[in-house]
Amino acid sequence: MDILRVKNLKKIYHTKNSEILAVENFSLNLKQGEFVAIVGPSGCGKSTILSILCGLDKASSGNIEIEKGLKFGYMLQGDNLFDWRTIYKNCLLGLELENKLTKENIKYVNKLLDTYGLKDFKKAYPNNLSGGMRQRVSLIRTLATKPDILFLDEPFSALDYQTRLAVSDDVYQIIKKEKKSAIMVTHDLSEAISMADRVVVLTNRPSKIKNIYEIKLTNKSTPIQNRKAKEFASYYDKIWKDIDYHV
Amino acid sequence: MYSKEHKEYLKKIKLNNFLIKFTQLLIIVLIISIWQFAADHELINTFISSSPKSIVNTIINLYKDNTLFHHLWITFYEVIISFLIATIGGILIATILWRFKFISKVIDPYLTILNSLPKVSLGPIIIILAGAGTKSIIIMALFISIIITIINVHQAFTSTDENKIRLLKSFNAKPHQIFFKLILPSNYPNLINVCKVNIGLVFIGVIMGEFLVSKAGIGYLIMYGSQVFNLNLVMTGVILLAIMASLMYYLIVFIEKKLTKKQ
Repeated sequence: MDILRVKNLKKIYHTKNSEILAVENFSLNLKQGEFVAIVGPSGCGKSTILSILCGLDKASSGNIEIEKGLKFGYMLQGDNLFDWRTIYKNCLLGLELENKLTKENIKYVNKLLDTYGLKDFKKAYPNNLSGGMRQRVSLIRTLATKPDILFLDEPFSALDYQTRLAVSDDVYQIIKKEKKSAIMVTHDLSEAISMADRVVVLTNRPSKIKNIYEIKLTNKSTPIQNRKAKEFASYYDKIWKDIDYHV
Repeated sequence: MYSKEHKEYLKKIKLNNFLIKFTQLLIIVLIISIWQFAADHELINTFISSSPKSIVNTIINLYKDNTLFHHLWITFYEVIISFLIATIGGILIATILWRFKFISKVIDPYLTILNSLPKVSLGPIIIILAGAGTKSIIIMALFISIIITIINVHQAFTSTDENKIRLLKSFNAKPHQIFFKLILPSNYPNLINVCKVNIGLVFIGVIMGEFLVSKAGIGYLIMYGSQVFNLNLVMTGVILLAIMASLMYYLIVFIEKKLTKKQ
């Protein structure tokens, strides 16, 4: 069952001196509960696609169909927590903006905070939290408005390597446990393979789809475990060749 | 319990802080005593350079005449009114410019011209338009401080983290929500800095204004003193100003501490 259907998306950026074709012919369907990763060379327009999908940017042409009544949540690079708000208040931000501070929703946020190990930090300020915890708060802030599809735009790129591994494990499990569908943009191939059900590889600008890989790993579990699967390396190899990095 | 080394470390910091305070105090005491000593032994011409004792006497005389607090109050009133209008008005205008990029682009060259223009040159025009009184002084102080307030606050508002704005937009935030939830609170430190700068600028404006038109106030005292060649009065005016300006500066620092304490 497809909950999101994108067809022939095209995006042109206009500047004074030129126009840049950023995305062309991008089509993608997302199934309920699926985790899709989009990878591609840097500057190829991966993030543009997400901005368009969640309505922050307008497509030049193309079609986006969404299952009726479904809601988006957007998580962008860095945690973007507000330093002057407590963790609790940070998590309520989305609800405040959408005027949905109902008792039920507040209870849901509290439950999320309790479940994901932030019970004792509700009154703390972001400065007192580690990078990983901040990222978790940022995810809870997004989940608070009960989105059905999450758009993750290089969410971990500000973290150091070790934290990054731990946090992607963490975030992945939360997303799965809350039964959300997700599209993640990343430039980290191992991250994409270890987390996603499908990996979409884009070409250089203008971004077109070069290949789509159905990721089938033996004993598929958490991202960190998945990295040890025997198929992992061969997927990595294929995608690496697709992307054709040259320095 | 701290280790011995840590205690020594704390002790060292304490001692250092004490030495700084002590030296600061020593400098002012030394200046005053040397000044007074030189005056007593006629090493300097007290008619021109006054002396600490005569400054104190002048203040006491002003107090006895019941005019000390009158002059202080007039200047204080003018400073506070101009400060409030300049700061609040400046922030409001900067907000409008932040919200409507078109207006901000249109108005930009005019702001630049007004900012580089020495505002004192507007003095005569202001006096003709607003009359020789408190109104002119306040307008003068306003001109000096509001332009730079608008420019600085607008600059701060527009350099707010773009990613955070995108985040709010992804929650369908409206412009006023973006302003009150993000732009304003994230710029508190900048606004406090603007206040600190403004206090100084407003004082310049008020004293300039009082030089030009007033019948009362510290600026008037200084001007009057220089015209009748009463340098005691001039020095007294300067000292009173220094005390007043620094007290108001510390008031802002105090408010800043109150506001930022919880983070």
